[in-house]
Amino acid sequence: MSDSKTKMVAPPEGVVGEGFFATKLNDVVGLARANSLWPLPFATSCCGIEFMATMASHYDLARFGSERVSFSPRQADMLLVMGTISKKMAPILRQVYEQMSEPRWVIAVGACATSGGVFDTYSVLQGIDKVIPVDVYVPGCPPRPEQIVQGVMQLQELVKNESVRRRNSPEYKELLASYNL
Amino acid sequence: MALEIEFIKEKMISKYGNKVLNFEMSRDIFSFEATPDEIHDVIRFLKEDEQLNFHFLTDLAGVHFPDNDENHQFAIVYHLHNWVENVRIRVKTYLPESPEVPTITDLFLCANWMEREAWDFYGINFIGHPQLKRILNMEEMVSHPMRKEFPMEDGGRTDKDDRFFGRTPANC
Amino acid sequence: MSDLLLPPEHRYAKIIEKMRNEDGSELSILNLGPTHPATHGIFQNILLMDGEKILDAEPTIGYIHRAFEKIAENRPFYQINVLTDRMNYCSSPINNMAWWMTVEKLLNIEVPKRAQYLRVIVMELARIADHLICNSILGVDTGAYTGFLYVFQFREKIYEIYEEICGARLTTNMGRIGGFERAWSDEAFKKLNVFLEEFPIAWKEFENLFERNRIFIDRTVNVGPISAEKAMQYGLTGPNLRAAGIDYDVRKAAPYSSYEDFDFDIPVGQSGDTYDRFCVRNAEVWQSLSIIRQALAKLPEGPYHADVPDYYLPPKEDVYHNMESLIYHFKIVMGEVPVPVAEIYHAVEGGNGELGFYLITDGSRTPYRLKFRRPCYVYYQAYTEMIKGGMLSDAIVILSSLNVIAGELDA
Repeated sequence: MSDSKTKMVAPPEGVVGEGFFATKLNDVVGLARANSLWPLPFATSCCGIEFMATMASHYDLARFGSERVSFSPRQADMLLVMGTISKKMAPILRQVYEQMSEPRWVIAVGACATSGGVFDTYSVLQGIDKVIPVDVYVPGCPPRPEQIVQGVMQLQELVKNESVRRRNSPEYKELLASYNL
Repeated sequence: MALEIEFIKEKMISKYGNKVLNFEMSRDIFSFEATPDEIHDVIRFLKEDEQLNFHFLTDLAGVHFPDNDENHQFAIVYHLHNWVENVRIRVKTYLPESPEVPTITDLFLCANWMEREAWDFYGINFIGHPQLKRILNMEEMVSHPMRKEFPMEDGGRTDKDDRFFGRTPANC
Repeated sequence: MSDLLLPPEHRYAKIIEKMRNEDGSELSILNLGPTHPATHGIFQNILLMDGEKILDAEPTIGYIHRAFEKIAENRPFYQINVLTDRMNYCSSPINNMAWWMTVEKLLNIEVPKRAQYLRVIVMELARIADHLICNSILGVDTGAYTGFLYVFQFREKIYEIYEEICGARLTTNMGRIGGFERAWSDEAFKKLNVFLEEFPIAWKEFENLFERNRIFIDRTVNVGPISAEKAMQYGLTGPNLRAAGIDYDVRKAAPYSSYEDFDFDIPVGQSGDTYDRFCVRNAEVWQSLSIIRQALAKLPEGPYHADVPDYYLPPKEDVYHNMESLIYHFKIVMGEVPVPVAEIYHAVEGGNGELGFYLITDGSRTPYRLKFRRPCYVYYQAYTEMIKGGMLSDAIVILSSLNVIAGELDA
């Protein structure tokens, strides 16, 4: 396989010896999680079309371990919120987030999901971080597929370095409590 | 034979007399006004008369005119289209405060949601509508947001300090 | 689902109670959407089901209502273009051009022939992009993913042409009052020519993949038919109406932007079912390609925008170096432009049908009232009737063949 052009993920730092490799559990779990993030596309409007382009042949998000688009919240790791979330939609978004199992991450794709964008009106939620916690924000209206890929890669970095205990920590519980989740 | 403007005008006046008024050529579309109590009949006549044959309802729009006198506070604008002769026509009716008008859902099925939209945005009550409830906004909403007195922006925003945007209640 | 989505006093509850008493069978309520993966957008339908058969449906819309019409009342004319992009985002250049044409009609601006032809080219490109996405997604919904992946790369090619013209991919914000913001680059024409060479081959293959495909035909023929009379009653326009057999097309009925100079046909179907809608869109893509070729062949020389300094935003470099341009720029941006008091209705043939703008002005910098006649909003009402009596899986196919765009539906 030496002539293969497939780029493998580098192993984490560790001690290599005869027949063994020792490293931190955190790093191994992080490595595994980061490279198999199953996306749940919560596409409401324009950015959803750009996400389709991201998933399709030209940009191919599958290269980053997101081959399987999980439309069921139960089996998804990262929630990609793409497009305007109106106040009518907000409770549904929250419900979808609640249905996801830990660990779960959220990317707010595009200006609307991030801050309401140009729609500073009575019917639009001014940023999804009013109802659910967000890990990565992708700017743009809509962002180019490269930007969405960049956002996913940023999230991969976060996931890689996240402690396995983070989800049990009091800080995390406090964060959720601040959203009444 | 093309459908002549004068012909439509004469026909409407001979049938409805002073219930139809303000005939004008508004750019490329012929338009006139009808009183709210006759509007249903007028539209039915426009649709069912064999010579007029305006069989397609293109659009139904509500408009709010808070500066007008009390009998012209709201308007409903109907755009009808005769595909055979390729003629469009615009019919308007003006309504007072707490507007009410008969529905035209019995004439055009597509009027259903258009009227619901007008109810949602302007609070225009379409009498006889099968299911007059909010369509785009939340059920819980109390205001009719397209009326001029309601601001565009959400009143509950905390992240914007109007002083920094040069805005006062008068200019936004 | 939770009571959040389905109120307990829902009107189906009684029907179910009654039907259970009559015989042993039991009806059920199914909540389809608003975030169902197969619905491609935010549509909620509460379905009353007898086994797999749909007895009744109650659509709920407005999940991405963004109050376009309210925003439009608070923005100067040149800023409203940004809103039209986000309406039907599958074919935003058509919306952009439609808005500029409305404003030009209001201000009585005559656009040069070259700009009109360029507009036709970009609008037809947008129509191809729109139909391409609709038909390939219809393929995905019937189980054929290949077609989607195959033609979607040509959508990328169309995006590249847009990028050459205006710098943006999806929400293009293309053009200005009176024409385009800059001349089309040579690269744009080069890419367009490459597209015209490569795309027909791929589209032919795409057609071959579906048109005589047994599975596809079984899934689509006689699924969700609508008669011509019903279609008119429900206000259908565009390909969905033409599939029912009525040859109404705004491009022919009220030609705008020099459409009368081009020779093209209006494809029509017969039964108004899903297969006919698919075929009409396919055929329209060929017509669009032909229009683009004609426009390129006949493309006149001349300016790419009308000479209306009062309304046309001057190029940025002039603004920096030229006093007059700076003044005009300032006046336009601050909304100090003369606007007549008028009422305008302008319609174009959008990707999904008659896209109309009803504009009332009172002489101020913003419209007094702007009503978007969104084709999706009008014809989505017919959906309930189309799916009644059909299977659940057919409902999905019908929805994607109608090409309902959530942004346009909810505005």
